[in-house]
Amino acid sequence: MSWTTYLMYLAVMAGVTYLIRMLPLTVFRKEIKSVFIKSFLHYVPYAVLAAMTIPGVLESTGDIRTAAAGLIAAVIMAWRGHGLLTVAIVACAAVAAAQGLLLLI
Amino acid sequence: MNKLFMKGVRHGLPIGLGYLSVSFAFGTQCTDNGLTIMQALLISMTNLTSAGQLAGLQVMVSQAALASGLIEMALTQFIINLRYALMGLSLGQKLGPTMNTPRRMFFSFSNTDEIFAVASSQPEKLHHHYLYGLMVMPYIGWSLGTLLGAAAGEILPEFVTSALGIAIYGMFIAIVIPPARREKSVAMVALIAIAISVCFRYIPGLSAVSGGFVVIICAVIAASAGALLFPVKDDAAEGGADA
Repeated sequence: MSWTTYLMYLAVMAGVTYLIRMLPLTVFRKEIKSVFIKSFLHYVPYAVLAAMTIPGVLESTGDIRTAAAGLIAAVIMAWRGHGLLTVAIVACAAVAAAQGLLLLI
Repeated sequence: MNKLFMKGVRHGLPIGLGYLSVSFAFGTQCTDNGLTIMQALLISMTNLTSAGQLAGLQVMVSQAALASGLIEMALTQFIINLRYALMGLSLGQKLGPTMNTPRRMFFSFSNTDEIFAVASSQPEKLHHHYLYGLMVMPYIGWSLGTLLGAAAGEILPEFVTSALGIAIYGMFIAIVIPPARREKSVAMVALIAIAISVCFRYIPGLSAVSGGFVVIICAVIAASAGALLFPVKDDAAEGGADA
């Protein structure tokens, strides 16, 4: 692909993505008073994360069995109140361990 | 720099690690499709989004006529990334007084799903030092991963990349579970969102809906249900996601 064509595509792609992110965060400055909208926005992050995690996590490692091992490890660690980095590392380690185990079987 | 900045950098580390593996795959796909290493890297450095970039790459290499290709690019990015508008609105309510217009315009570039999630789970109003720190590792991870993937798709052994693939999800789980344990309302919202997202993944026909749309639909239905069934009192909403 020529650089000219590429750069036109890149400009549209990056421009649209940036505007969608920037406008609501920058233009809308008022504090929201409506209890419904406040509550709605309060719950949005959890809804987004839950929807992105399940079922996506099961396809994140290329093998549903190792992903399940990582998922279970992460849930246990998070349930015990460990921080983001710890939970993420333990989940990776559990996947690696499960991969090793599957090689032995 | 200062404490808040370093706290942000620390919180961004798991995001950066997770991005490394995801963007690695993206970089590989770029060069597989005939882009140069530089072109792959530039996409990641200017977009910082996973689903949108993947769809954008497909439009770029689709050999469509330029004019219709550019329109398709704009529409695709708009639909897939519309969820960021919702997140921006939500996060906007949590920004502290130091977040003036130029700082908002600067930070909003990096308001990805993961950065949004971590930022909005902080109990206090957000300071620009914290948010700037939070941007660092994800940006490095995303760019570096793309570069490595484009330069040498086989540089990391597969068992390492697949193990890293779960890092982002581990982080999501660490954000959702503690408040869901404390508050029935959060647990309910999460379960509703999961039920809908599972339907979209596995029910034939529904599974054709793009990932960005699924997230919007799940978020709107589950968060509306939460807001109707468990309205949040003022102080709790202001305390943010962790209240």
